Amino acid sequence: MFGVNADFCDHVLEEEHYNLEDYSSSTARWCSGCGAHTILNSVQKLCKEEQLPPEKTVFVSGIGCSSRFPHYMKTYGFHGLHGRAFPVASGVKFRRPDLHVFVVTGDGDCCSIGAGHWVHAIRYNMKMVVLLFDNAIYGLTKKQTSPTSPLGTVSNTHPVGSVLPPIHPIQATLGLPNASFVAQTADWKPAHLHATIRKAYEHPGLAFVRIIQRCPIFMHDVYEPTVSDPDAITLVHHENGIQLDEKGMNAFRHHIEHDPSDINKAREIVETVKDTTPIGLFYQNKNASCYDEYGAHNLGIATEDRIDAINSLMDRYAV
Amino acid sequence: MSKSSVASKPGTDTSTDRKTIKEAIVEIVSDSGEGAQKCGQSLGSISAKMGNGVWTVEIIPAEIQPPARSKAGASGIRVRMGTNKITNMGDHADLVVALNEQVLFGRIEQNAYTKGTILLIEDKWANSKSEVIRKQYADSLEQFEELGLVIHEIPMEIECLKIVADARKGKNMWALGLLSYIYDRDLRTAADQIRYIFRKKKEEIIQSNLDLLHAGYEWAAMNLDLHFTIPTKETDEDYVVMNGNEAISLGVMAAGIELCSMYPITPATSATHAMAETIESAGGIIHQAEDEIAAIGFAIGASYAGKTAVTITSGPGIALKTEFIGLAVMSEVPLVIVNVQRGGPSTGLPTKVEQGDLLAVLYGAAGDAPKIIMAPATIEECFHYVILARKLAEAFRTPVFVLTDANLATGVQPFPRPKVNAEWFAPEIDQSHWKEGVSPYAWDPDTGLSERPIPGQKGGMYTLTGLAHDEDSHVAYDPAINQRSAEHRSRKLAAMRQTLKKPTTYGDEEGDLLLVGWGSTKGAIEEAVDMARKKGASVSSLHLHFLSPLEPGLKEIFQKFKKVKTVEINYSDTVGHPLITEENRRYAQLAWYLRAQTLIDIDCFSNVYGQPISPFRILTMLEKEFDLTLID
Repeated sequence: MFGVNADFCDHVLEEEHYNLEDYSSSTARWCSGCGAHTILNSVQKLCKEEQLPPEKTVFVSGIGCSSRFPHYMKTYGFHGLHGRAFPVASGVKFRRPDLHVFVVTGDGDCCSIGAGHWVHAIRYNMKMVVLLFDNAIYGLTKKQTSPTSPLGTVSNTHPVGSVLPPIHPIQATLGLPNASFVAQTADWKPAHLHATIRKAYEHPGLAFVRIIQRCPIFMHDVYEPTVSDPDAITLVHHENGIQLDEKGMNAFRHHIEHDPSDINKAREIVETVKDTTPIGLFYQNKNASCYDEYGAHNLGIATEDRIDAINSLMDRYAV
Repeated sequence: MSKSSVASKPGTDTSTDRKTIKEAIVEIVSDSGEGAQKCGQSLGSISAKMGNGVWTVEIIPAEIQPPARSKAGASGIRVRMGTNKITNMGDHADLVVALNEQVLFGRIEQNAYTKGTILLIEDKWANSKSEVIRKQYADSLEQFEELGLVIHEIPMEIECLKIVADARKGKNMWALGLLSYIYDRDLRTAADQIRYIFRKKKEEIIQSNLDLLHAGYEWAAMNLDLHFTIPTKETDEDYVVMNGNEAISLGVMAAGIELCSMYPITPATSATHAMAETIESAGGIIHQAEDEIAAIGFAIGASYAGKTAVTITSGPGIALKTEFIGLAVMSEVPLVIVNVQRGGPSTGLPTKVEQGDLLAVLYGAAGDAPKIIMAPATIEECFHYVILARKLAEAFRTPVFVLTDANLATGVQPFPRPKVNAEWFAPEIDQSHWKEGVSPYAWDPDTGLSERPIPGQKGGMYTLTGLAHDEDSHVAYDPAINQRSAEHRSRKLAAMRQTLKKPTTYGDEEGDLLLVGWGSTKGAIEEAVDMARKKGASVSSLHLHFLSPLEPGLKEIFQKFKKVKTVEINYSDTVGHPLITEENRRYAQLAWYLRAQTLIDIDCFSNVYGQPISPFRILTMLEKEFDLTLID
């Protein structure tokens, strides 16, 4: 084809092709039945589908069950501090636009201790995929109330039930300036999960994906009704939204058609759809300004020019 | 009360009655917003350009707009200029220009003036519409006279109104003219300086400031019997004159650092201001983060990705960054951290000097977190140490602290112009294939050093973690691994210490007393040592530039002196209080550290007045030590 030797093509493909195991490091040590396993599989599948060079891919996380994620990938990883994945990931991307950056964070990490960074990461809108593993509980520290725990959640810090209303991560993100991609999915809907992660990867700015995630150990009773009831979820879909095949669409009985360019409608869905959990792409704006473009705008200036610039500043101080 | 003395008839050439002096300490004080600092900075630059040694230090009120005519509102600058190199702010001022009398009280409280200090004071308050102000002015002048100040009342307002409509905006350059006459400054150099500082203003503004300069000069020539000359030294070398924060900012760019990630904090932020216009052409960029924690996290992210970054902050910022500093140590991420120290604890004294963070940066982390700590002592070192810090950070795979302080940050001093060199720049990041089979933490058992894979390097993939980890960066709770990796991190400091030279003492190698200092106090300590030695005191000094690891041979040096005493700007309990004993005395920070390291009974002299330590204050201490009269 195109006059290129077929053997040469094969050779090139063999050199460059990555299989699933090229993205997999050690066996994940999450509890059996934890939703994180499905997400890991889906992310590894995306990497393979996109043939992301493992050496050019960086997973940055904070602290918590979900934040062990980078250890299970055979890419570069940064398992840093509780709540601080966003600044690290932004710093990685700022002067290295060639790297594919993913942030893996949890509800405590993102919405509590790191909430300030969440607000500003959305505002920076740097190209990266953010996966919020939201199991509405602190798991690694053994069942404390999280900022997304439903009101009345019984935990070790609130034995008679939590007393504060939860933060809704989608609602909060939709209220932030420069938000450009806001989606919600659930770990037990693998087709939708994968389509959402794919759409997020394709987004030109920061793609914020809240993944409702089961914690079978501490939150089994909270998730069980939603997981087992096919009517508990409403599919938010549109031709510009998350794409499912016909079979995938038919797996949901409640549907809302929603144009993801309409942020007011997105907010309305979050406010009004209360009896069921809406999943899908709530909002996307491919034209929002990206701070990483600023970060990379002056890369590669020649050494002589850099020296000239410093010398001309030094001239101002010259005696 | 003396009125301004008229020495010469108008138009008389007074150049013959110049008195030659070796140096002068001049202050300009005013309400905030009257441009006193601009006047003093210009005087400093002009003097440096003429070939004088210079040190300037700003007098900064804590508030942006403190009430007018208040003691706490004193805003201004001190300029010390002399024939020889000047290394510190000196003691009492020889002359002060004051735009109102009230701001002087704050300075008097700080012992800035003495009998014989010449005061040039704006006289408009004598004719104020307010009886209260008239009385305050008259009473104050009486007090100043009692203190022995030599008062000259100057009609600044009246003279400036001849040139500008708003005298408040003109007095500073008129005063510069006045001072230019008094100290025989070159008017052409002064005019160039005005053109430079107002370069972004309209031509008519530049012109009116030049008119003010000349008017002040002329007025002084006609009306004042004050005319000095400070001989200059000829030099073939090119010099630059700047403050420590400006030197830091140039150092950042000359180090080839591609990212300065910061959050505004006094007195560190002006370092970022100084580079803001240039850094993008110099291949770097500033990120103003959402908070102090994010600032260092962002820097660490960039460093991890191969672009070693700098974060510049002050004490409260360090407190917030502590967890990330521990992570950088644990995961061996190179990073440059500049801490421009200010008065603490808590918000403390944001604009004032203190050397209060030594122990905080040395030990302020969970667990054992060894890192390199350097302290420049001069403006020139502020520049070069940043370049060195980046190299050390990368060579030793560790965060490196550069500890300066508010005194260095705002102190202005000339130094030989650095010749910017491509070798100072960070090398291109390595994107070659990672050596097969080499772990990301292949610690050398002797030095603890290991090579670091950078994202983009094929075959080098690893997940950095702040958890205890083995050579492969795998999470490891194995007790032996934790012990071993802690040893390796510590070993790096021991290895780095091998590269340091034994420091040399200033004065003699042995004697009765050795003063030990670090950071911005060097000039004042050495000046005091010089003065005391002339009077026969057997005193020498040693100045430390590396605080972690400590420079080698200290114990041997200390043992040659009967007594060793640190001089620091931080808190220590004073001996003599009934509750303070040898067992519970809390020592100054370097003393504490050196006592632990050398098992020598090292004393300390320290305080937290929020001021640079002066030779006078050190001499006062030495008088007691030696029971000698050292101050004339």
